[in-house]
Amino acid sequence: MQWEVVIGLETHTQLQTRTKIFSGASTAFGAEPNTQADAVSIALPGVLPVLNREAVQCAIRFGLAIDAEIGRRSVFARKNYFYPDLPKGYQISQYELPVVGKGKLTIQVGDTEKTIRITRAHLEEDAGKSLHGDFHGMTGIDLNRAGTPLLEIVTEPDMRSAAEAVAYAKKLHELVQWIGICDGNMQEGSFRCDVNVSVRPKGSDKLGTRREIKNLNSFRFMQQAIEYETRWQIETLEDGGTIHQATVLFDPDTGETRAMRSKEEANDYRYFPDPDLLPLVISEADIAAVKAHMPELPEAMKARFEQEYGLTAYDAVSITSSRGIADYFVSSVTAFGGEAKLVANWVMGSVAAKLNEAGQDIVDSPVSPAQLAGLLKRTADNTISGKMAKEVFEAMWAGEGDADSIIEQRGLKQVSDSGAIEAIVDEVLAANATMVAEYKAGKEKAFNGLVGQCMKASKGKANPTQVNEILKKKLA
Amino acid sequence: MINASLKDLATALGARQISSVELTQLLLDRIARHNPEINAYITLDAEKSLAQAAAADVLIAQGKAGPLTGIPFAQKDIFCAKGWRTTCGSKMLENFVAPYDAHIISQFDAAGAVNLGKTNMDEFAMGSSNETSYFGKVQNPWDRARVPGGSSGGSAAAVAARLAPAATGTDTGGSIRQPASLCGLSGLKPTYGVCSRYGMIAFASSLDQAGPMAKSAEDLALMMNVMAGFDSRDSTSLQREKEDYTRNLNKPLAGLRIGLPKEYFAEGLDAGVAQVVLDAIAQYRKLGTETVEISLPNTQLSIPVYYVLAPAEASSNLSRYDGVRYGHRAAEYTDLMGMYCKTRAEGFGAEVKRRIMVGTYVLSAGYYDAYYLKAQQLRRLIAQDFEQAFKQCDVIMGPAAPGTAFKTGEKTDDPVAMYLEDLYTIAVNLAGLPGMSVPAGFSNGLPVGLQIIGNYFSEARMLNVGHAYQQVTDWHTQMPKGIE
Repeated sequence: MQWEVVIGLETHTQLQTRTKIFSGASTAFGAEPNTQADAVSIALPGVLPVLNREAVQCAIRFGLAIDAEIGRRSVFARKNYFYPDLPKGYQISQYELPVVGKGKLTIQVGDTEKTIRITRAHLEEDAGKSLHGDFHGMTGIDLNRAGTPLLEIVTEPDMRSAAEAVAYAKKLHELVQWIGICDGNMQEGSFRCDVNVSVRPKGSDKLGTRREIKNLNSFRFMQQAIEYETRWQIETLEDGGTIHQATVLFDPDTGETRAMRSKEEANDYRYFPDPDLLPLVISEADIAAVKAHMPELPEAMKARFEQEYGLTAYDAVSITSSRGIADYFVSSVTAFGGEAKLVANWVMGSVAAKLNEAGQDIVDSPVSPAQLAGLLKRTADNTISGKMAKEVFEAMWAGEGDADSIIEQRGLKQVSDSGAIEAIVDEVLAANATMVAEYKAGKEKAFNGLVGQCMKASKGKANPTQVNEILKKKLA
Repeated sequence: MINASLKDLATALGARQISSVELTQLLLDRIARHNPEINAYITLDAEKSLAQAAAADVLIAQGKAGPLTGIPFAQKDIFCAKGWRTTCGSKMLENFVAPYDAHIISQFDAAGAVNLGKTNMDEFAMGSSNETSYFGKVQNPWDRARVPGGSSGGSAAAVAARLAPAATGTDTGGSIRQPASLCGLSGLKPTYGVCSRYGMIAFASSLDQAGPMAKSAEDLALMMNVMAGFDSRDSTSLQREKEDYTRNLNKPLAGLRIGLPKEYFAEGLDAGVAQVVLDAIAQYRKLGTETVEISLPNTQLSIPVYYVLAPAEASSNLSRYDGVRYGHRAAEYTDLMGMYCKTRAEGFGAEVKRRIMVGTYVLSAGYYDAYYLKAQQLRRLIAQDFEQAFKQCDVIMGPAAPGTAFKTGEKTDDPVAMYLEDLYTIAVNLAGLPGMSVPAGFSNGLPVGLQIIGNYFSEARMLNVGHAYQQVTDWHTQMPKGIE
C-alpha cells in the first residue's frame, strides 16, 4: 500500500521581552537558579498576575506577519495540572479565544511553493525547569524561566513530509527573528517544536491516529525524528498493529522515538477563564501602532529586490532568507553603489562560505558591508583582478584592514599601463621561442601558455585582458 | 477608651491623652487576658506592634499624623504582612512567614496605623462559623457557647470583645457581613475592585473583596479612605478617582427609596431577626425615607451558583499549596505523587478538601458546561435582578443573616445548613455590589444585623445611610458582658 504522512506543528517561541509575561522579573537566560524568581514566579500566597503589554505587541506583530486575524478580545485561561516546576499548579494560557487567529505561511521545498495554514497563536507563560542531575536522589527546581512569555503557534496538519515540516519550522524560525519577537536560540530553548505525526493510506481523506513528538530543539533532530516515526507507524500498521495516541520523545543517540505517556494517562486540564485577569482587548489603534513599527517582511523584500536590484528569484530568496543577510546585502549595495548582482554573488558566495566554515552569524562577520563594498569598488575600477579580490577578501577576513590598504601593502595593484605590459610581452616572446613556434603552427593551447607566462612575469598584476590583446597583436 | 470611636481615639492621641504605645499596650494586655478563651487572634507580635506604635508617636509629635495614625488595627490572617506569620487559618501555612506586604497592609502602614495582630478565620476563608480554622474555634463575645460567624470570625470577635478598635475582613460570600451581624458590628464589603486583592490570599478570585469591620459606619468610612484605591498590581483593581468616604456621612436621608426584596423576608428567616429588621426599617421611615417592595427573583439560585463558582476558582487557587516551595510538606513519601497527596491530605481541613473536590468536579471535561458555564450564565441573571431593582430604589435593605449566632458545633455536620447562612449575602458578591451590615438590635440577647445593599460605587451613600441610623440608635455602642 502507498502511505501518506500527515504532519502538524506546535511551536513554543519565547518572546524577547525584558520582563516576564505576568511580573517584573527579568527573563535573561543563564542566571544562577532562582535568582530571577520573584514573588509571582514562586507563586507566593496572595500574588497576582499583571499582563506585560510588550508580550501582547509581540503577538500582534506575529499576527500581522502571517496575515492573521488579530483577536480583538482574547481570554486568558488556567490550564490546571500539578508539576514541581509549575509553581501555581496551573499555567496561564489562552484556550477558547486566542490572541492570533487563522493565518498562513508560505514555504519552499525544492522548486515548489506551499502554503501552510496556521490555526492560531496564543500567549502563555513558560514553566520552570526541573534539574534531575545535580542532586543525589532529589530533583532541583529552577524557577528563573517560570513566567517567561511564550507564543505557541499551531498549524493545521498541512505538511506531507519531514522535508516540508523542516522547511516550515525553518521559515517560522527565520520569521520570528526577522520581526524581532524571538531570539531563535534553539539550544537555550527559545524555539521549541512539538510535531504531530500520523500516517494514512494515500488518497484517504481521514486522518490517522497521531503521535506527538515533544520538544525537538534542532532541525536535524526534527528531520530524523519524523522520518523514524513515519517508518515506525507504517511498519506497525503493515504488521497489523494499531497506533495509539501518545506523546513521544526523540532520542538523538539511538535515532528513535519512544512513548512518554499514553492518552489514557493524559491530564484533564480543567481549563477555565482566569479570574485574576481581564479579557485582553486589542483596539484598532493598538494594531496600527504595532504596524507602524513593523519591518518589511521577507516576501515583500524579495519582490522588491527582484525589481529594484534585478536579482533573480533564486538570488532574492537566498538574500532574504534571514534579516541579517538582507541587512548586510542592502548595506553593502548602498556603500558600493555598483551592480547589486555582484554584491549578491559575493554575499551568497565567499561571505556565506566563510561564515559557514567559521560557524558564525552574518551579524558577526569580520568583514563589514563597508569593507566588502570597498573591495568591490576596486574590482569594478579594474584596480585588481577577480582572483586578487579573493586574496584581498581573505586578508580582510583575517583582520588585516580595508581593501585599499591591503592592496597597497601587498602591492596587488593591477598593471594596466600598456607600455609596461608590452615590455613584459616582448620579454616573454623572446624567452619562449618554442611556444611561439607551436602557436604559429596552429596549436591554440600554446597561446594560453604564453598568457600564463606573462602573468607570471608580472607577478599576477598585469591586466589579463590587456595581456591578451597585446599578445594577439604581436603574434599576428 | 476601649469603646471609643476611631475619631475619638485620633483626638485622644493628638491631644496626648494617650500615646500610641500606651494604647497598643493596653490592647495587648486585654488580648493577653481574653484571647486564650475567645481565640480571636492567631498570631501576635508585641515587639513589632509596639515598634509601629512608637513610630506613630513620633509622627504625632511631629504633627504629621493622619486620621488613623497610631491607632491599632487587627488584620485578618488572610493578608500577607512582611515578617508576620500569615496562615490563612490553615495548617498548610502554619509556618509561613510572609516576605511581602499585601496592598491593604501597606496602606495601613502608610497611614501610620499599628498592626495589632493577625486574626483567626475559617481555613482559607471557607466557612461561616470560624469552626474550620486549624487554629481552633472562636467564641462569640455575646455568648461564649456560640460562633462569631465567618469567615472573618476572629476579626469580628476581636472588635466585639474590644480587643481591637477595628479590624479588616474579607468577604467572598458574606464573610464580613454575616460575622458583623452575629457579633453586633458594622461591616462593609465594597464594590468588587475597589480594594486591591494584592497580597490577600485568594479563595475565589472573582468574588473576594477586602473591607473594614468596626463599631460604626463612621469608623468604616475612615478605614475605607485608607483601604480603597487603585493598585496596578491587581488587574481587577478599578482605576477611579480617590474618594473621601466620609463626605456624605451627615447628609439627610429624606427622599431615600429603600427597596425591600420580598425574597429576603420569606421562608428561612428567623422570626426574631425579621422583627428586628422590620423595626429598623420603621426607624428609617422616621428619617424621611420611603420603602418599596422589590423582587430579586433569582435569590434562591445564588447559593447553588456560588457553590459551583467559588469552589471552581478555589480548586485552582489552592493548587499552589503542593509542598514544593513553602508551607507544609509531608514528612515521609516515596514519590512525587505521594508527596502531593500526603502533603495536601495533611495540610488541608475537611471543608477545604470538600470544596477542592467540588471545584475540580465542576471544571472536569464533560461537566464544565453543565455546572461551571451554567453557573456563569445564572450569575449574570442574578446581577440583572439587582440592575432592575435599582431602577426602583436607592438602597436595598434586609437581614444580613437568616438567624442570630448559633451554637458551636450546631451546623458542623451539615454543610448545606451552614451554606444557607449566606443566603442573603452571596448574591451581592456574585453581582460585585457593595453590601454592609449594621447592628440593628437584639433577638434573645444576641445581635442582629441589618444589611444595606447599594449600587456599584455607592459606598459613601451607604455609609451615610448607616451613619444616619446610628445617630438615632445606640445598638452599635453596646458591648457584650464579661470583657472588662
